[in-house]
Amino acid sequence: MNQSTSCDALLVSDYMNGNETALCELITRHKDKVYRFIYSKVYDRDVAEDIFQDTFIKVIKTLKRGAYNEEGKFLPWVMRIAHNLVIDHFRRNNRMPKFENKDDFNIFSVLSDGSLNAEKAIIKDQVETDVRRLIEELPEDQKEVLIMRIYKEMSFKEISEQTGVSINTALGRMRYALINLRKVIDKHNIILTN
Amino acid sequence: MANLYSEPSRAERVSKNLVPKEETIKFLLDYSKALSVIDYHNLKFEALLN
Repeated sequence: MNQSTSCDALLVSDYMNGNETALCELITRHKDKVYRFIYSKVYDRDVAEDIFQDTFIKVIKTLKRGAYNEEGKFLPWVMRIAHNLVIDHFRRNNRMPKFENKDDFNIFSVLSDGSLNAEKAIIKDQVETDVRRLIEELPEDQKEVLIMRIYKEMSFKEISEQTGVSINTALGRMRYALINLRKVIDKHNIILTN
Repeated sequence: MANLYSEPSRAERVSKNLVPKEETIKFLLDYSKALSVIDYHNLKFEALLN
C-alpha cells in the first residue's frame, strides 16, 4: 500500500514535470476503482463515463497548474473530486428531474394517454366501417337482431317484443349472426383489431 | 451454521467488468498532451493546442 502511494507520488511529480506517460500510468492504475465508485452512485454507464472524464480533466488541470499539494494521497484526492462531481450531477438532476426507463420498468406502462392518437383513431374508424359493411351482408332477420342488441343495446326481451318472435328465436338469430360474421371474417382474412 | 446477513456495499456489488471506455482514456491522454498552462505574472492561462 505504502509502495503504491509512494509510486503515485513519484508519478504525480513526474507528470507535473512534463512526463505524459506518468499520467497514463496513473490513470491505468486507478481508472477501474474510480469508475466503479462513480457507477455505484449513479447506476448509469453514460453518466458514469461523463463524470469519470470530468474527474480526470479536473485532475489534469490541477496538476498542470501546479496547484496539487502532494501529501501522498493521490487516490483519495481523485475520489473526492469524483464524489463532488457526483453530488453536482444529482443537484443538477434534482432541479430538472429525469426519469429513465429501465428494462424491468417502463413509466409508460402506468402512465397512459387514454385518447387515441391520430393513427389509432383512423384504424378504429376503419374497423367500425368494415364491421358495419359485414353486418349489411347478413340475412335480414339476423341483421335486425344484431343491430338491436349491439348498437341499440336492447335486451333480448325487448328485441322479442319488437320483432314479434320468442326470446329463444332472437337468441338463435343473434348466435347465427355472430357465427356468420366470423365465417366471413375468417374466409376473407379480415383483420379487425386496433 | 449461522447465516450471514451482511450485504456487500454498493460499490462492491458493482460488477468487476465495469470499466471506462478506451475512448475516454484516450481522450484524457490526448487532452493532457494538448493542454498547456502558461504562467504570466502570477496568472495562469490554459491553452489547448491541437
